[in-house]
Amino acid sequence: MTVTSLEQAPPSGVITTRQKLRRSPLVRFVAGRVFAGVVTLFALSLLVFLACSVIPGDAASQVLGKHASGEALEHMRALMGLDRPVWERYGAWMTGFLHGDLGNTVGGYSSGTEISVWSQVKGPLNNSLVLGLVAFVPIVGVSLLFGTLSAVRSGKWVDQLISVLTLVPAALPEFVVGALLIALCASWLDVLPAVSLIPPGQNPLLTPELLVLPVLTLIAVTVGPASRMIRAGMVEALRSDWVLAARLNGVAERRVLTGYALRNALAPSIQVFALIAQYLIGGLIVVEYLYGYPGIGKELVEALAIRDSIEVQSVTMLLAIVVIATTVLADLLVMLVVPKLRTEAA
Amino acid sequence: MTGVAAVPSRVMLRKLTSRRLRRPKSWATAIAVVVLGSIIGLVIFGPMIAPYDPNTTLGSTYMQSSKEFLLGTDALGRDVTSRVLTGGQTVLMYAAVATVLAYIAGLALGMLAGFVRGSVDNVVMRIVDVLLAFPTLVFVLLLAAAFGRGMPSIVFATALIQATAVARIIRTATLEQSVRGFVEAAVARGERTHTVLIREILPNIAPTLAADVGLRFTWSVLLLASVNFLGLGLQPPTADWGLMISENRGGMDLNPLAVLAPAAILGALTVSINVISDAWADKGI
Repeated sequence: MTVTSLEQAPPSGVITTRQKLRRSPLVRFVAGRVFAGVVTLFALSLLVFLACSVIPGDAASQVLGKHASGEALEHMRALMGLDRPVWERYGAWMTGFLHGDLGNTVGGYSSGTEISVWSQVKGPLNNSLVLGLVAFVPIVGVSLLFGTLSAVRSGKWVDQLISVLTLVPAALPEFVVGALLIALCASWLDVLPAVSLIPPGQNPLLTPELLVLPVLTLIAVTVGPASRMIRAGMVEALRSDWVLAARLNGVAERRVLTGYALRNALAPSIQVFALIAQYLIGGLIVVEYLYGYPGIGKELVEALAIRDSIEVQSVTMLLAIVVIATTVLADLLVMLVVPKLRTEAA
Repeated sequence: MTGVAAVPSRVMLRKLTSRRLRRPKSWATAIAVVVLGSIIGLVIFGPMIAPYDPNTTLGSTYMQSSKEFLLGTDALGRDVTSRVLTGGQTVLMYAAVATVLAYIAGLALGMLAGFVRGSVDNVVMRIVDVLLAFPTLVFVLLLAAAFGRGMPSIVFATALIQATAVARIIRTATLEQSVRGFVEAAVARGERTHTVLIREILPNIAPTLAADVGLRFTWSVLLLASVNFLGLGLQPPTADWGLMISENRGGMDLNPLAVLAPAAILGALTVSINVISDAWADKGI
């Protein structure tokens, strides 16, 4: 009802602040992106739920084993809520999820108790966040540096060296890069630990030496494509009329690079970094498993290995939220950095 | 480098160097073709020249390289050389199957979406968007779990994910073609949809397809090798490069070759396919 009253004509000539907001292309854009993100998440939740609920052999029979009696199965199904129809279970899962209740693990039921998924993933989630952030900062720095350097020296040996050094590891699977790094740094040089076991509850930052190899692996596999894309943006910016104009005006080359070209190449770069942040979520799974790092990726692999459908579905959904949130945030950030896009978005 | 003179000279320089750049690139492609060829040869003939049975325990665990065991032994005392020689078939074969399946599904969906448009297009593309908004590996793992344990379900999951990417590319290419005169003529003649798609559009989007095949195949190899490495794909005692790295990483200090040999060959495989498909996409070799 409030909506209609708003749309009814305001006193002639006066435009209310809310109406101004509605007309602003930026607000529309933000609202549109957030809405699209929520719709995508909703679709993903359906897909994840369906995938997990068709996992062969329902969770109850998995808890009780192959030879459970029909009666015990019925009882366990009732306890786990599996006797309800699919749609009701989806509703219950979503309602719980939105209230911060991720359900109970199948593993918990089989040991006769109820262990909440959240208590299982809280620590790993935190560990992964730390690893992801610690890796993300140098990835951004190194790829900006490499991208700019190879754009400025485009076609020269620096450019070629960077492209070989970065694109070869980028074509390798994470675990191959990681295995080579372990062989080099742990087995041969013996300077870093090969496994990154962090005791539960301990802040991973307290043992930085355990983070070095996982972070190096993540840097090695991401910097190639990232610096390549930044290079493309920089090359284009350096060829533009306004860079030419700045040079003709006698602006110092260093300032042309940082103040003119880099600033304009930054907008596409933000999207590159958003892609990397998304990639990291998938890449973390392999890297964490390789180094035995107790993060959310390792937790997910372990849950998959024992077919803990409830934990798998909640963890996957958590990852989905992080991925979609990153995409939306990156879109908004680009809008703020590039004024031109704000008007085009309308 | 300041001032006016720098600008034109830079442009000239770039032109000169870009021509010079091509030579090392074609060298790289040539090397990649040789590497890929020898890996494929190894995969085909490897099982025949393997000195031992890959699944029998022959010595103690993690023995170092010797005359008897060229690459040493692994976590269970099996001969690493024989396992490397037999461990490639699985990943290559499954990746090829996944790529072919992905193309069949992606081609059909993409062409239909691009040609029929309207609500078909909308539905297909929204599904593709949702699937692509998510880390591929997580999806493959999730779908593989849903379809049931075993390689067929993992290959199917990989194909499904790849099919979405193929569909998107094919749709764009089809959209471009479907406004052309010869397509409109075929529609005006009253040809049926599938005839138009196969006889008129498919031959014209073939180059786009060819440029994409290498990339899809690399991705399939990477995905399948990762799933095997995570222990969620092929199960022991199968000899598989990805699985071998995972099995033997505990003995890195004793016999690093048990990890390095499969890692090197898997790495050489993905890098060489990448280089070749890049060159292919650039100028169709």
